[in-house]
Amino acid sequence: MSVTVLEGKNIVRDYHVGGGLFRPSRTVHAVKGVSFSVDRGKTLAVVGESGCGKSTLARIITLIDPATAGELFIDGKKVDIAKDGLSKEMRRKVQIVFQNPYGSLNPRQKIGDVLGEPLLINTDTPADERRDLAMRMLKKVGLGPEHYNRYPHMFSGGQRQRIAIARALMLNPSLLVLDEPVSALDLSVQAQVLNLLADLQDEFKLTYVFISHDLSVVRYIADDVMVMYYGEAVEYGSRDEVFADPKHSYTKTLFAATPRADVASIKARLAKKKAA
Amino acid sequence: MPLLEIKNLTVSFDTAAGPFMAVQGIDLSIEPREVLAIVGESGSGKSVAMLAVMGLLPNTATVKADRMAFDGIDLLKLSPSERRKIVGKDISMIFQEPIASLNPCFTAGFQIEEVLRFHMGMDRAQRRARAIELMKLVGIADPEERLNSFPHQMSGGQCQRVMIAIAIACNPKLLIADEPTTALDVTIQKQILDLLVGLQAKYGMGLIMITHNMGVVAETADRVIVQYKGRKMEEADVLSLFEQPKSNYTRALLSALPENAVGDRLPTISDMLFEPAPSAAGTGPATGAAS
Repeated sequence: MSVTVLEGKNIVRDYHVGGGLFRPSRTVHAVKGVSFSVDRGKTLAVVGESGCGKSTLARIITLIDPATAGELFIDGKKVDIAKDGLSKEMRRKVQIVFQNPYGSLNPRQKIGDVLGEPLLINTDTPADERRDLAMRMLKKVGLGPEHYNRYPHMFSGGQRQRIAIARALMLNPSLLVLDEPVSALDLSVQAQVLNLLADLQDEFKLTYVFISHDLSVVRYIADDVMVMYYGEAVEYGSRDEVFADPKHSYTKTLFAATPRADVASIKARLAKKKAA
Repeated sequence: MPLLEIKNLTVSFDTAAGPFMAVQGIDLSIEPREVLAIVGESGSGKSVAMLAVMGLLPNTATVKADRMAFDGIDLLKLSPSERRKIVGKDISMIFQEPIASLNPCFTAGFQIEEVLRFHMGMDRAQRRARAIELMKLVGIADPEERLNSFPHQMSGGQCQRVMIAIAIACNPKLLIADEPTTALDVTIQKQILDLLVGLQAKYGMGLIMITHNMGVVAETADRVIVQYKGRKMEEADVLSLFEQPKSNYTRALLSALPENAVGDRLPTISDMLFEPAPSAAGTGPATGAAS
């Protein structure tokens, strides 16, 4: 039976922008009442252009920012960090991987310390055990024990993203939020990281919230798709439904804008060019 | 006569660990009115080769070539000041990060007019008129207003349009676009690509598109060069590249596209790269042979 890991009901997030001497203050509605639910082991993809509120939503789900209104349930329990604060217990359940692996790792921290830190902060695991766990996790994400004492600058972009994923998994979370995890990577490295994510999902029964603007990646990895536009979820459904029959005009624009790399569309373009 | 002709271009950088060869013997030529795409991953030397043409590499770089000619002029023999008269006028370049490549201290209008002053010697009124015309051409609404905007007041897509306006200000014969849409959203990417290809056709420019996105290649190019680790892997027209890729590397690149996924795992480059080629025509990158 499927278990719902994550559920959001009418999540709203407003940002208050303070005014200056000559400027009145105003409120930005970043997320305007979004509802969703994700089952264990499934992937929800959130698609939209920059500024549509998808990263704000990621921050709310990761319990970094509180929602202004609405209810968020994780593992069936209602979470409201604005009122109750955040327990270590909750923090262990949700982890995030950020877009830019060059920015999300501390350049002065060795990889071993990067991986050990979540355990150090959130658990009482002794040092030697932390080391063991970090070594094991390095192997899981396709790196080796020899990488334990290296610094982030010694790694390529793909390897760094593996480290960021390893760090997120150190606390055995049930939910992983991936904020554009592959958009900064090359095509071939992107394929490796996507495979790694799929392997890890199978192994740990992870639930993913995958944020992206690349529809070809979404089509490959997602079970459900939510399309966001100006803070609203304009389309929400299973991947096949959304891709086969997009209903909202913005979704259609998005599909039309995605470059197609198949032979038929190249032929069509070349024929059009010749005619012109 | 080809617009740009490069034979056996080598670029090496002096590093603490000895010279690093970023580009190793690339041949390239582009005809007028042609769209050429150069594809490769980061580190394949695709940007470095074009920066060498522009003469924008730092002092640590050594550029060698048997021939590097633009429109019949030998670029290797030009003095820096003569070269500056060509670069930015007849050859111009657009970079990946639109917001970072504009100067944050000056308005969009100033930065467009700067090129016109330097290369065309126009007076103030002419420059203003031409700048407004260019802004309209690249599809910026309210050009008069926008000329006075600073880069931080505009979105990424608008900044990229301003960059394009600067690049085409002097009617260049060759436009080099280095990952022009990588930092942009899909919908904006489509608009910018349409704009670039439209301008290319309208003014009969040569256009070199540097990208790692196979979708962008499929949507814009006439001819494609695939590069890997500073070497040319394959050169073909766009249709035959996608229909029958000749080198293993190209085949691997195409199969790593998520839309080509078979089953629930993607084939990765390293899976395919060192396997024997399915046909005798394939040439492995280990030998560095180009088609």
